[in-house]
Amino acid sequence: MNQSRNEADAAMSVNAVVVSQIQQIAEDDGKTLPPLTDDLVLLDSGLDSLGIAILVARLEEALGVDPFSQSEDIAYPVTLGDFIKCYERAAESHVIDSREVG
Amino acid sequence: MSSIRERLDNSPAGPRCFLYGPTASVCLPELLSSTSLSTSPSELTGRSILIATRDQFAAALAVIELDGIARRLILCTPDLPSVYLPAIVEQAAVDAIVSDNDRDHEGLAVAIRTRSQPIMMAAREHPAASTGVHRTEWILLTSGTTGAPKMVVHTLATLTAAIRNIPRAGPDAVWGTFYDIRRYGGLQAFLRGVLGGGSFVLSGAGEQVGAYLTRLGARGVTHLSGTPSHWRRVLMSPEARAIAPRYIRLSGEIVDQGILNAIRSFYPDADIAHAFASTEAGVGFEVADGLEGFPASLVDAGGDVEIAIEAGSLRIRSTRNAARYVGEDHSGLANEDGFIDTGDIVERRGDRYYFLGRRKGVINVGGLKVFPEEVEAAINRHPAVRVSIVRPRKSSITGSLVAADVVLDGATDPALDIKREILQICRDRLAPHKVPATIRFVPELEVAAAGKLARHA
Repeated sequence: MNQSRNEADAAMSVNAVVVSQIQQIAEDDGKTLPPLTDDLVLLDSGLDSLGIAILVARLEEALGVDPFSQSEDIAYPVTLGDFIKCYERAAESHVIDSREVG
Repeated sequence: MSSIRERLDNSPAGPRCFLYGPTASVCLPELLSSTSLSTSPSELTGRSILIATRDQFAAALAVIELDGIARRLILCTPDLPSVYLPAIVEQAAVDAIVSDNDRDHEGLAVAIRTRSQPIMMAAREHPAASTGVHRTEWILLTSGTTGAPKMVVHTLATLTAAIRNIPRAGPDAVWGTFYDIRRYGGLQAFLRGVLGGGSFVLSGAGEQVGAYLTRLGARGVTHLSGTPSHWRRVLMSPEARAIAPRYIRLSGEIVDQGILNAIRSFYPDADIAHAFASTEAGVGFEVADGLEGFPASLVDAGGDVEIAIEAGSLRIRSTRNAARYVGEDHSGLANEDGFIDTGDIVERRGDRYYFLGRRKGVINVGGLKVFPEEVEAAINRHPAVRVSIVRPRKSSITGSLVAADVVLDGATDPALDIKREILQICRDRLAPHKVPATIRFVPELEVAAAGKLARHA
């Protein structure tokens, strides 16, 4: 019970961090964002691939992970929901990894 | 070497071969008896002609028409700041300019302005009559240290020499590229496609990748090329399923195993190759075994493209090398032994070489070169900046990004506003891929023994 609530909290925070970083980049570029729903196509979010690269770099600083450089088998995300899932999965394995190291 | 027109004239290309733009298309055989230009070919014969159109479809028609007629064709890249045009006109002795908008380039001192028309017209004289007169110099622009472009001289021969046989590239092939055809990678693909007798689908200025993929799918694209960054963007597009290419080519950036595997699993039926090429050295080699890096057996193996490694740097000597730079008196392109040093650093592990990055700190953002000096000069315009250093930062999406370390004047509080102001200066003066993705304020910078800022990451 407790454990699943912790997971839910962690998932929510990843989601919130991703959304706030997207908003920050759009603001820097003076762009207006469409509603950031899970099924929004990432490339329709107002971010081009340079914008997505900047987003991934900032998220690496904020969350300590880059899900697209972790392995040689990468499924590139199409929607915002896919993108967030990549980070949630990477954040989970990151926590497990650091526990193992610790 | 015959001109493009002569080669098309003698090719088996049937009436099915088309050049497709976003809003117009032209049948390649028909192109041989018509013109898209408002000036007759005889007036353009022997001229040094600047191709400065907004749309690459217009540029494509112009280069096919003018190869063999012009003394020189200078291809303007789409993002070239107009401030550099007068120097290009002067150094390349430009006396004619092709544009697709009447108001463009009004201030330039050239004898002839010709307008590229959206609709092909029957030629007043058969242009083929005047082709082959000149062995046209093709001049490509590539970034230079200060931001001013360097002009690299090729010929149709160096641009198309000894191209390895591409699988399944006959007259029924339909080619496309995510590059702009006014850059080396795109021009290579364009010439391969058109001279191979196939059709070619060109992207439009500002066209979204999804829209281009949909058009490529509708035309049944078979051969498609781009940088690893272009391909990552494809795989993030819902329209990626609209295409089923038979041949996929990557170049222009370091190709990693992740993108090769991702393309392989998404397009299992395609032949996938990655190539090393640069504007100056031309195409070096192509690797088709599905693995990143390249086999060590390619090095010092002789052949028509010679590959050597010196001080960790890849060097190439071949008939595809560019001849020289325009407007510079030093012969700076090749060494005395005829090799061009690409500045790309490689490392051998086992029986393969792997690319590590660039010497001299050049940053490759999604296939576009960034010289740190140019970005530092922009950052240093902010009055509170004492010194700055710009380096590559690895990116899993665009290969690299631009990262800056900045030392502020002692009295300045590194508040958020300063970061924002610096970024604004950069956005005003630099193309978007050159604007730092991250800025870090540091107390001081490392200085190397020679007294220069230490550029290594």
